[in-house]
Amino acid sequence: MAELIVYGIILGSIIALGSVGLTLIWGITELFNCAHGDQITVGAYIALIFTSLFARIGFLQAKVGPFSFSWGLLLSFIPAILISVVLAILIDRWVYKPLRKTGAHFMTGFIASIGVAWAMRGLIYIIWGAEFHFYAKGLRPMLFLPLGIKLRTDEIFIMVVAWAAVAAVYLFLNRTKMGKAIRALADNASLARVAGINTERMLIWTWGIAGVLIAIAGILYGIETQLRPEMGWIFLLPLFAAVILGGKGSITGALAGGIILGLAQQVSTMWLQPTYKPAVAFLLMILVLIFRPKGIFGRRKV
Amino acid sequence: MGLPIYGLLSFLASFAVMASIYAIFAIGLNVHWGYTGLLNFGIAGFFAIGAYTSALVTSPMPTGVLASYIKQAFGLNAPFLVGVLSAAVVSGLIAALVGLLTLRLSEGYLAISTIGIAESIRIFFNNESWLANGPQGLIGLPQPLSNILPPAYYSYVYLVIVLIFLAVIYVAVERGIRSPWGRVLRAIKEDEVMSSADGKNVFFFKLQALVFGAMIMGIGGALYAHYSAAIQPGVFEPLFGTFIIWTMLILGGTGNNKGAILGSFIVWSLWSWSTFFILKVVPRGFETRAPYIRYILIGLLLVIIMVRRPKGIIGEERQVSKF
Repeated sequence: MAELIVYGIILGSIIALGSVGLTLIWGITELFNCAHGDQITVGAYIALIFTSLFARIGFLQAKVGPFSFSWGLLLSFIPAILISVVLAILIDRWVYKPLRKTGAHFMTGFIASIGVAWAMRGLIYIIWGAEFHFYAKGLRPMLFLPLGIKLRTDEIFIMVVAWAAVAAVYLFLNRTKMGKAIRALADNASLARVAGINTERMLIWTWGIAGVLIAIAGILYGIETQLRPEMGWIFLLPLFAAVILGGKGSITGALAGGIILGLAQQVSTMWLQPTYKPAVAFLLMILVLIFRPKGIFGRRKV
Repeated sequence: MGLPIYGLLSFLASFAVMASIYAIFAIGLNVHWGYTGLLNFGIAGFFAIGAYTSALVTSPMPTGVLASYIKQAFGLNAPFLVGVLSAAVVSGLIAALVGLLTLRLSEGYLAISTIGIAESIRIFFNNESWLANGPQGLIGLPQPLSNILPPAYYSYVYLVIVLIFLAVIYVAVERGIRSPWGRVLRAIKEDEVMSSADGKNVFFFKLQALVFGAMIMGIGGALYAHYSAAIQPGVFEPLFGTFIIWTMLILGGTGNNKGAILGSFIVWSLWSWSTFFILKVVPRGFETRAPYIRYILIGLLLVIIMVRRPKGIIGEERQVSKF
């Protein structure tokens, strides 16, 4: 049990990381981005390219301290984040912006994002095939903690990086003028627009933040498990569930929702086969939707 | 039989069978989305339920050596039509259950919930081996009228069966949508608040539409199962089971059954014929990856339709009521 709770928090941290961008964009543009999961996959695979490129430079092949991965992977965070940010902004410019201009129905954005998701996944299948990939070969060092908890050293790294990234974004959104504008938009888009906030400019920044978190989430998820083309899609249901649990546009809600989803999925394996994890995430979401349609942490509109 | 024309004809027949089965799904989706405005992204779930129901109802319980390889909860060995009918009934019942849980949600939540329901159904069939043999699925399903012509010609026989079903469903939906009942559905799609102010029980009408469309999808699932004669949970993944059907309907024209049929034939030709061309041009060693180009094709098609022509090719038909 204690072990499952720890695993749940680790998984929850990655879900939380992915859900912040999703909830911000949902709050600002009413777009429920179905390509979010596949953008996470793309982030993970971009890091794979750079890890193997960097492996040609001798000293970058060395493993980082007690972890299973190399200095090359650590360095790959930078190009992966940059490319993920550019990709997120470009997709918005090319696909969602024209839809926003025509004032399209919720469904058009939803379906267009599904199209984006399939196109990206097809590309990944063609370049890397359906097989699993790993950032590093060989043993994954373990730690033996009290209460019979077995933990990989990598998982400590995942937690630290995930929460550092979340904290950075949280500070940005709460302490800077731009961050406050984004939050105002996510909370009540029409009111913020009336107050003179430039939605399109803020959206570029929002997609940028989402892109950063997406790339980090993808790489961390890749370290935790393995890289495969469907990884992001499988991740999407828990992401949606976390965001809905947290309430539209709420960042703290999304973070808490992520942790709850991670815990629920891992602890459920005490009674259910692990393959039921996505179904558990979904069931939780349905229950919340029925009893608290605005999410557990969603604020009631006055 | 060496003449290429025979090969081409039987290829066309099997192409038409699949395209027509997809047309049935697209008409079912049209009842949900095109006429009532229900965002059902869980077609794959009703597809799976229809296929598995008919498979279990029509196939005999495995005996002898087979019994140790194939596990299934029951096998009634019933005739084909009984199988199709039970597929429609079970799919409708599940839809009623799903509807009671989710139809009060706003449209975005409904969309996400139905994706989740379909995935849960697929995971359920995959995990519960006692029910329908888990990931291996069921094989050797009975095929109706398989002995009247040599096996090489079976596609032609089945094409006739599927076309009859398609025609009956098309007429039933067209009549339904032009009836007073259908007018209420379209009123709900246009303006839900007005319809309920008009004294219509919006929830109950939505539930009826969900059940009706799901029954059509259940029939489509059964027809697929008996044509391919083998089903496994992998068939009911979101692309093949749900999103390709959405692409068909919105390409052809939402709210238009002719558009649904047209879209099914166009998208299915892109899907099935692109493999030939792709396999001719890709370098050796990439054959296993090349078919994924179709993912990109479907994805880009969805994006382009949404951005350029959300009405589809034909667009919504103006309905003139006959009553």
